[in-house]
Amino acid sequence: MPHTTTMATMLELTDVDTYYGASHILQGLSLKVGAGEAVALLGRNGAGKTTTMRSVLGLTPPKRGSILMDGTEIARAKTHRIARQGVAFVASGRRVFGGLTVAQNLELAARTLGKRAAADGRTLEDVLTVFPKLRELADRRAGFLSGGEQQMLKLARALLGNPRLLLLDEPTEGLSPAVVSDLGRWLDRLREQGLSILLTEQNALFALAHVDRGYVMLKGRITHEASAEELRSSEEVRAALGVG
Amino acid sequence: MNTFVTETVSILTNAAMLFVVAAGLTLVFGALRLINMAHGSLFMVGALTVASLASGLTGGWGFAVALIAAVGLCAALGAGIEISILRRLHDREPLAQLLATFALVLVAADLAQRVWGTSDRTVATPVAGRFSVGGAVVPEYDLIVIGIAAAVALGLWLLLARTATGWRVRAAVEDPETLSVGGTNLALLRTSVFALGAGLAGLAGAAIAPLESVGPGLDTQIIVAAFIVTVVGGLGSVVGAALGAVVIATVEGLGTLWVPSYASSAGYLVMILVLAVRPWGLFGTPDR
Repeated sequence: MPHTTTMATMLELTDVDTYYGASHILQGLSLKVGAGEAVALLGRNGAGKTTTMRSVLGLTPPKRGSILMDGTEIARAKTHRIARQGVAFVASGRRVFGGLTVAQNLELAARTLGKRAAADGRTLEDVLTVFPKLRELADRRAGFLSGGEQQMLKLARALLGNPRLLLLDEPTEGLSPAVVSDLGRWLDRLREQGLSILLTEQNALFALAHVDRGYVMLKGRITHEASAEELRSSEEVRAALGVG
Repeated sequence: MNTFVTETVSILTNAAMLFVVAAGLTLVFGALRLINMAHGSLFMVGALTVASLASGLTGGWGFAVALIAAVGLCAALGAGIEISILRRLHDREPLAQLLATFALVLVAADLAQRVWGTSDRTVATPVAGRFSVGGAVVPEYDLIVIGIAAAVALGLWLLLARTATGWRVRAAVEDPETLSVGGTNLALLRTSVFALGAGLAGLAGAAIAPLESVGPGLDTQIIVAAFIVTVVGGLGSVVGAALGAVVIATVEGLGTLWVPSYASSAGYLVMILVLAVRPWGLFGTPDR
């Protein structure tokens, strides 16, 4: 998909400054995700990729700047309100509720945001059709799942809220190659369904294979912006990302 | 046999009230990561509320009304305290929160003295009946107290295991950030859990009013006991609170029977023992 101005904008950050205590992490960051567009946010560790997502989610609210979600200002909104605007987040690491069963994790997501969905929204049944493995694991405590199964559960949980924008933070981290290729297929399928996606990745080659466009971040700023194809072939970018 | 039955009922009655108080404390700790020193103050307010209403509301039903009023008052006070004070301190270091709740203890003690005076009060037992089991005479009210605790245990189990709200409370213990990202209003959840904890403190205080003299000092007395129970059972665990309550009530009950002069230290000894062997308590989780 081309990154033209004719595409409606789903998410737009303008001149965002975010701090962790005294450290100035995001320094006038601006980026856009079009409706139905998949965008990668690339960069080395500490570039501010996760902070960008935390800013959008209201977990680390920006000190200055604007964040528009489908035209609505969310820069100073509470996290649960932002979620209700249709922003879903798949965090990195083991962020499932380990003491609850897989079924309870899913049910909780469906009951919290699922009921707000339109009549044609995803149901628990739809999600279990996409991830049949979760049906087998329904009564297992989520804390006992493998890394790949937890990733599946986190994604399923995010989709149950029927988001318009999906934020994925380092989705391939710690996954086996087989699970990474499954993840790629799911992402492609979600793109076909028209979901807007922003993902951060250390694994730039994976990310660029599944997005339309990408940004490269360095020290809290965007240094490059181009189509996935251009970024894949740019020597400068490969060097900046440490890709061989 | 006589002594055995009498002692068992008396130990269970104590355990019942310790459980209700400790369950509130442990729920609040789990969901808010807050050690509420003022939990004992809410217990005292519950007892004093019943003490002042009991003269007008007599008999079993009158007492039930007073009890419900005490629970409602404490839950409302809890919600007010959480919204006006503790919510602002939520992102601060634990010491600031601890100090704030300690300040509340002092303020509550002072206010309680102004409202209710400094003298101890007694509340007539709402049901005076007794019946005999195996030759021992057991007060009916003790069984009512045990029944209240059993109902609280069942209610909390149903809430936490079967309802989406209960799953939210458990999820908030594990990972509040992920919960809010999923669309849950954390502030509302925290206020509700704090109000529930405060209501349980009030319930325990109200229920115990006919069994003890009610007055100043009740707050610190019960908060120490509740801490021992929660530390033994494991901070954050409701099952642990139940087990800890039975353990501490048993140790103190038998202590009073066998070595009366050391009975008051028995609970501390158990706590020290548990802390030495299993610092996270019988049902707690090591990494917290």
